[in-house]
Amino acid sequence: MDLLNLFDLSVLDSTVRFTTPLLLACLAGLFSERAGIFDIGLEGKMLFAAFFSAAVAALTGSVWLGLLAGIFASLLLSALHGIASITFRGNQLISGVAINFLAAGLTVLIAQDWFQQGGRTPSLLSGGRFESLTLPFATALREVPLFGPIYHDLISGHSILVYVAFAAVPVSWWILYRTRFGLRLRAVGENPAAVDTAGISVTQLRFAAVAICGLLCGLAGAYLATGQQAGFVKDMTAGRGYIALAALIFAKWRPWHALSATILFGYLQAIALRPDLIEAAFHFKVQVQLLDALPYILTVVILAGFVGKAIPPRAGGEPYVKER
Amino acid sequence: MTLLKKMLGAAATVAASASFAVAEPALIFDLGGKFDKSFNELAFTGAQRWADDTGNSFREIELQSEAQREQALRRFAEAGNNPIVMAGFAFASALGDVAADYPDTKFTIIDMVVDAPNVRSVVFKEHEGSYLVGMMAAQASKSGTVGFIGGMDIPLIRRFACGYAQGVKAVNADIKVVANMTGTTPAAWNDPVKGSELTKAQISQGADVIYAAAGGTGVGVLQTAADENILSVGVDSNQNYMHPGKVLTSMTKKVDNAVYDAFSDGADMETGFRVMGLNNRGVGFAMDEHNAGLVSDAMAASTYKAAYDIATGAVSVHDYMSDDSCPNLSF
Repeated sequence: MDLLNLFDLSVLDSTVRFTTPLLLACLAGLFSERAGIFDIGLEGKMLFAAFFSAAVAALTGSVWLGLLAGIFASLLLSALHGIASITFRGNQLISGVAINFLAAGLTVLIAQDWFQQGGRTPSLLSGGRFESLTLPFATALREVPLFGPIYHDLISGHSILVYVAFAAVPVSWWILYRTRFGLRLRAVGENPAAVDTAGISVTQLRFAAVAICGLLCGLAGAYLATGQQAGFVKDMTAGRGYIALAALIFAKWRPWHALSATILFGYLQAIALRPDLIEAAFHFKVQVQLLDALPYILTVVILAGFVGKAIPPRAGGEPYVKER
Repeated sequence: MTLLKKMLGAAATVAASASFAVAEPALIFDLGGKFDKSFNELAFTGAQRWADDTGNSFREIELQSEAQREQALRRFAEAGNNPIVMAGFAFASALGDVAADYPDTKFTIIDMVVDAPNVRSVVFKEHEGSYLVGMMAAQASKSGTVGFIGGMDIPLIRRFACGYAQGVKAVNADIKVVANMTGTTPAAWNDPVKGSELTKAQISQGADVIYAAAGGTGVGVLQTAADENILSVGVDSNQNYMHPGKVLTSMTKKVDNAVYDAFSDGADMETGFRVMGLNNRGVGFAMDEHNAGLVSDAMAASTYKAAYDIATGAVSVHDYMSDDSCPNLSF
């Protein structure tokens, strides 16, 4: 057995790219759910952001304008979710599902109307895409044993959104656990009445959380369309929003665990693409389908309570009513 | 009173226009969507060409979910549309149930065989076209490794892969073929991100020409291949233009002709089994100004010769779907 095969640099490199959108979406869900707003609509927001970032980048030729448009589009859907589930106290799950449907339909419809390319945006040229960054000294240090290749192939050479995503983990942790805002945000997901009694607006806090969720989903969608790809293709999120939700449960709603959970899921997706390495490591064939299904199997195992217990925020899914 | 009259009048007009629509043919697209730059779009092109040529109109629907297949079929059949053409293998079971209920309606299914007296089944010999692009890929490869990326893992796509591998081995038995499928659910047709990652994974295994038979996922494959400066091969329609100078060729499948023929034959079309292969120009490979610089004369000549040999029967290409096995590639 040569297990080192499983950690081939190209696989780890691919893991980083698979992890990025999952991580951003997972943190997005974390903020929203920690404030007591369940969000099934991560998928829809990512898709919406993916489309608008690609569309605006295609029209203006500027990837940064595209990114802004993607974030704005995602925020719009977040606002919709917020109005439905906070202001009007609607069912959060239904609102989320509606957002997914809305995004799936609207993106293709608008794309067809704007570009007439069958629900697709034109391929983005350089300038309209996030190019991969070469970190300082990456080429110079390449010859250094062990560290050189890791630094050059794995850490360097990603688009800026990848670094933003990984930096978002400590930032999220700091916001949630080291600031007053974070304390209140977590409290509003556990016991909104207590927060309200302290004279803090539950509605405002929840809207803020939903907005952060929209921002992060916007980044995730923009990364898919303008970082990893060069344009939007119908339904291109392909269920990543749902995998992110699974990762969120796996991480038990904690930022650092969200990082490890999404890296694990990203790694499983990446290694599934290299059946040859798996065979070299174990000397027998592992079904690709099994690897594809593993994230979901793991989530079910966690949910069933075999590996610790995943307890969601206590006030999650409940609209807050001031007085009964 | 006048309002009521108006409404009655309007209702009558609607009824009249509905009955007028009786003989219109109908086309049902599969989940990939009407403008997938590939299979479904070709079907649409064929239908549109028929509409332009004849001045008639046709009805169409894009499915949003699996559950709509039978519903869409029945709705068109009830509305009197004839013939009803469906683009995609996945309609087989729905059509099997529906066909017997509407004996006077003619159906055409593309890419699958449904045995019913009022159904025309059009299948393509994709393995023959794939064999040809496999030959070209093998000749264009410098690394001695070529790749194949399929969409959803179904026998039809394995048939592409198998023919491709045979074509590669026909040029040089030592060339390695790396084959991956994107997934096992219909989402595998629209996952360009995974297509990109698969492309990178195959490049790290040494592949320098990659054939994508994966619908919308193929967009990611072609894009990444162009970014990484290797060659790709498109599928179904001519995709050479997507990255000029980076797409070696495209395996073309004349779905448009199949739809055009079905629409032209109209309500009294001949039913039964139709095979479109190299011998009747149902499949082929694309040559145009975008890939002219990539294909040498020798490469083109040997491929045309192979096409001729296959068409005349001198060379036979193994069909994965005939025995669910592939001598040149293991999945």
